[in-house]
Amino acid sequence: MDSLIALLNNFIAQWPTLSLVIGLIALPLLPLIISVAMYVWWERKVIGWMHVRMGPNQIGPLGLAQAFADVFKLLFKEITVPEKASSFLFYLAPLLALVPAMAAWAVVPIGDKLAWSNANAGLLYLLAMTSLGVYGIILAGWASNSKYAFLGAMRSAAQVVSYEIAMGMALVSVLILCGSLNLSDIVNAQAGNKGLFDWFWLPLLPMFVIYFVSGVAETNRAPFDVAEGESEIVAGFHVEYSGSAFAIFFLAEYANMILVAFLASVLFLGGWLSPLQGWGLGLLSAPGWWWLFAKAFFMAFLFLWFRATFPRYRYDQIMRLGWKVFIPITIAWTFVAGCLAYFGGVTIGPGVNP
Amino acid sequence: MTQQILFYAFAAVLIASALAVITLKNSVHAALSLVLTFFTAAGIWILAEAEFLGLALIVVYVGAVMVLFLFVVMMLDIKPESMREGFMRFLPAGVIVAAVMLAEMLSLIGVKTLQAVPLPENPAAAAGSNTAWLGQALFTKFLLPFEIAALILTVALIAAVTLTLRKRSGVRTQKPGLQVLVQRDERLRVVRMASETPKTGESA
Repeated sequence: MDSLIALLNNFIAQWPTLSLVIGLIALPLLPLIISVAMYVWWERKVIGWMHVRMGPNQIGPLGLAQAFADVFKLLFKEITVPEKASSFLFYLAPLLALVPAMAAWAVVPIGDKLAWSNANAGLLYLLAMTSLGVYGIILAGWASNSKYAFLGAMRSAAQVVSYEIAMGMALVSVLILCGSLNLSDIVNAQAGNKGLFDWFWLPLLPMFVIYFVSGVAETNRAPFDVAEGESEIVAGFHVEYSGSAFAIFFLAEYANMILVAFLASVLFLGGWLSPLQGWGLGLLSAPGWWWLFAKAFFMAFLFLWFRATFPRYRYDQIMRLGWKVFIPITIAWTFVAGCLAYFGGVTIGPGVNP
Repeated sequence: MTQQILFYAFAAVLIASALAVITLKNSVHAALSLVLTFFTAAGIWILAEAEFLGLALIVVYVGAVMVLFLFVVMMLDIKPESMREGFMRFLPAGVIVAAVMLAEMLSLIGVKTLQAVPLPENPAAAAGSNTAWLGQALFTKFLLPFEIAALILTVALIAAVTLTLRKRSGVRTQKPGLQVLVQRDERLRVVRMASETPKTGESA
């Protein structure tokens, strides 16, 4: 009993540091939420331009405040729970979608060893967190007690599980080349003096494409958005959600898109390394977080470009692409990556400690 | 100290959710409790600095196996009342099996403690990264068992596919492989024609 009280006292004594830690953990979430709002605005603008429309332009300069107006509108709307829905799971589902989407950001580095957690098993942690997001979708579909929502959830579950394999294999090929699960090490391995030709996108070009396309499929974005498929099943898994519960699903989806954009930049496009590295051009060749953000911005733009360009895939085409095209290619290219690593076909930058 | 508090918290959640798996009437709720059980078990492993095992548990069991499991359980239409039927009938058999398993486990633990050797220094902790050490060990010391396990899993995979793959005659299906090979010229003809302006006074 005494030891228990001592334990409790100790816990209370540590509380100031603990609350500081909790505050620090919450700190990166604010920029993330702001960037999600800006990303939504950018998406509507870009797609508007591609459709030869204006996009949002009424609220704020260039319509910039449109996203915030939408957020406040959603927050003040009523949340309705369908009759005979499992209300506990109905409220839990949005949170289960949001929490992994935010937790994954803990290991994303924006500079050398500059991440909230410079974990050695960082990539594995990312794989674990991104595979959890599907629970929010499945539970939302089931707890809503609605046929449309359930169909959307089933489609999404099968799709996410299928594309996770191809995505995991693409990550494995990166690991084979650099020999470390640490994301900072993965970027450092891409350093060199041949500029952007030192990055992993060149030896792993098919894997880079597969990783990004799988990322689009994992986040249920167009052209893989059969989980929402408004022409067939209204809005898919979140058809019964309104107000802030819907806003949370929206937030999770966009946070995941930004995450995939950042990861593609870190794993294949040299992270914070300059595309002109080693060419001795002063600041242009220097590494910096701005390179990472520029690359991530471009990859995030690709999501919007795809959405405005490609018509939606049919469901059996999605499954065929995942299982019969992507997975065989990833298996073959994993072997190629092994050969490249074994015969020294790829130069690995300094600073990697496997 | 914090670790100890976390361990007890995780352990309490683990036991509570494991009990919920076998007591909840709704099968979806039970499956979700199993997800929570796996997740907390992974948390305990990560606390014990076995981060590879913990994260692999989440990736494999929580991220893939349980998703498919839920997929099936949600499709089933099980009436909660029918779950209670036959509880008394199967109780004696269940109690006997549980007792035998408990006796076996206790005797195993007893035998182990009789010949207990102090735990060796954790080789993974010395190597720095648990994942790197595990990879080294698997691909050097235990390469043959590892490859055999991989082979068995592949055989099981092929067997499962063969079991479900059956040819049905008289069914018309789409062949996506041919569909994606379609060229524009087979479906669409672009006609070149001069532009026309409507005559004045004629509404467009």
